[in-house]
Amino acid sequence: MEYLPNILFAIALIAGIGYFVMNVKKLVRNIKLGKDVDVSDHKSKRWNNMAMIALGQSKMVRRPISGILHVIVYVGFVIINIEVLEIILDGLFGTHRMFSDVLPTSVYGFLIGSFELLAALVFVSVIVFWFRRNVIKIKRFWANEMTSWPKNDANFILYFEMVLMTLFLIMNASDVQFQAMDSGNIISQHIASWFGNTSTETLHITERTAWWLHILGILVFLNYLYFSKHLHILLAFPNTYFGKVRPKGQFDNNEAVTKEVKMMMDPNVDPFAAAPEGAETPAKFGASDVQDLSWVQLLNAYTCTECGRCTSECPANQTGKKLSPRKIMMDTRDRLEEVGKNIDANKGEFKDDGKQLLDDYITREELWACTTCNACVEACPVSIDPLSIIMDMRRYLVMEQSAAPMELNNMMTNVENNGAPWPYNQMDRLNWKNE
Amino acid sequence: MENLKVPTMAEFMAEGKQPEVLFWVGCAGSFDDRAKKITKAFVKLLNKANVEFAVLGTEESCTGDPAKRSGNEFLFQMQAVTNIEVLNAYEVKKIVTACPHCFNTIKNEYPGLGGNYEVMHHTQFLKTLLDEGRLTVEGGQFKGKRITFHDPCYLGRANNVYEAPRDLILKLEAELVEMKKCRRNGLCCGAGGAQMFKEPEKGNKDVNVERTEQAIEVKPEIIAAGCPFCNTMMTDGVKATNKEAEIAVMDVAELIANAQDL
Repeated sequence: MEYLPNILFAIALIAGIGYFVMNVKKLVRNIKLGKDVDVSDHKSKRWNNMAMIALGQSKMVRRPISGILHVIVYVGFVIINIEVLEIILDGLFGTHRMFSDVLPTSVYGFLIGSFELLAALVFVSVIVFWFRRNVIKIKRFWANEMTSWPKNDANFILYFEMVLMTLFLIMNASDVQFQAMDSGNIISQHIASWFGNTSTETLHITERTAWWLHILGILVFLNYLYFSKHLHILLAFPNTYFGKVRPKGQFDNNEAVTKEVKMMMDPNVDPFAAAPEGAETPAKFGASDVQDLSWVQLLNAYTCTECGRCTSECPANQTGKKLSPRKIMMDTRDRLEEVGKNIDANKGEFKDDGKQLLDDYITREELWACTTCNACVEACPVSIDPLSIIMDMRRYLVMEQSAAPMELNNMMTNVENNGAPWPYNQMDRLNWKNE
Repeated sequence: MENLKVPTMAEFMAEGKQPEVLFWVGCAGSFDDRAKKITKAFVKLLNKANVEFAVLGTEESCTGDPAKRSGNEFLFQMQAVTNIEVLNAYEVKKIVTACPHCFNTIKNEYPGLGGNYEVMHHTQFLKTLLDEGRLTVEGGQFKGKRITFHDPCYLGRANNVYEAPRDLILKLEAELVEMKKCRRNGLCCGAGGAQMFKEPEKGNKDVNVERTEQAIEVKPEIIAAGCPFCNTMMTDGVKATNKEAEIAVMDVAELIANAQDL
């Protein structure tokens, strides 16, 4: 029975990590439903983007208040994980504060002291975040696409963080040995003073309870990630690496179209020839569902943490149009999850469910409201490109369905017939010289 | 009668010569009455600086930008391939254009289809003319005037060109005032993505009015633009807010040309 806590701990750890790994595999499978795209170029620029944007938070701090608060929570999250390592080792080997035996007291104290300080700062930051969302009601957190689940999801994450930080500090405060060491207990000593008259026995139980709840809470939170918008804490890194490295104004030249155009321009091609045996069916132009998007675009959707900076910068959204770039990302993820569940339910095969991303999630009105101004792309702190999805869906509408708004059809007819978006004769192109 | 020298590539070729740069006029610059004035202002500056340039004239055709942003990749690539054939046949190396949409398309999207050129926006080109001393500019009538610059999306965010137009305005000894939303945070005029050619979706305001109101906040005498479409949108915005009497909308090239009474 002596090893019971160790065994229980190991089981909890294996179950927690195991379930998470299972969901990560599902996540990877879903992302791979997207089309392949070559991202082997610009390696050093990509590494640099990841270092600056994800690791260095360079785009977060462009909005200083939320940016600095976020940096605190982010640094706290990363640094406090060193303490989680000690907790895991203690749990497995039945030791108590293993690192305090290995490290000199001053070093250990410095480490725990910085964790405590960060924990307190994270706690305060998270409270401010909660106020911004629920009391100040900042507009971007209350937009139309922020229905009950996205709002609750955001608050759950904040509650999780508040509870975890509190447990960490209580754990330290009620640890008699640690308090006796009197090194690094910069925050917890004040909490410990509240426990002044508590018996050693009660303190021990408090410490154990806080210790267990803290590590179990972390495991639960880890598994909550997959179901929430909070995946960005992991996916921001690959997403900034795989994000767009070309100038923002450069939209990809659809290769399937290039093939067709080259064939049309080639005088040696017989336009009436039958397709050769075994020829591939021509690729679908544009995207009407998630499988038509690239895997980077699907990764984008899972990375989105619904902060709404894109939407708050969008000229269409600011002037009351239905388009919201954040909704484009949320819809893409929701549909992708739906497709993933469909595959799970049908033994690894996707069975047509009569639904698609276009119309069932994203309406044409939203797509046609975009000015392609790239404000959303510029605003995203983790290099998500909502514009590329809008463009791929417009391509589907125009090239597969001939469903452009009438005025755009007129414009395109003009370009086709007389080389200008207006009905002017190409032969008159230089008339301005003599006017 | 103005006396503009506007040679064509065909004329240069007939003489067996290559111009220093090709001026890509663009559809707006060729056909839109307001934009034609920008084209002429730029040509006057090129003439003044003795730049050996040429235009394609009737051999120029839409770059395909509005078709591409509408989603018609077919039409875009047909336009692109045709234009590239013409440009490559003339062995064009360097292109300047007063339209950020043409600029972006030729610079970024033509290389993948076989068209590789050095492409400059006219504000960048004018800046080099000034830096090289081929063109001089004095403040003239714009000295001390409050001017705000509206960043065109396809010049600014799309291609990170923010300073060239501002440097030119500062050369006029004008007072350059920035809107709250400027440079990479600049708000679109509402014309991009082929919106120029259609009615906007239902909303509670037009984008150009919103942008014009942002400009009005900084009380400019002139809103400077670097794009014929922004120019139209901002001009309409100024009309919609009844500020025509106080605020003029002008292209940066027009400012430079007018400053020297060209």
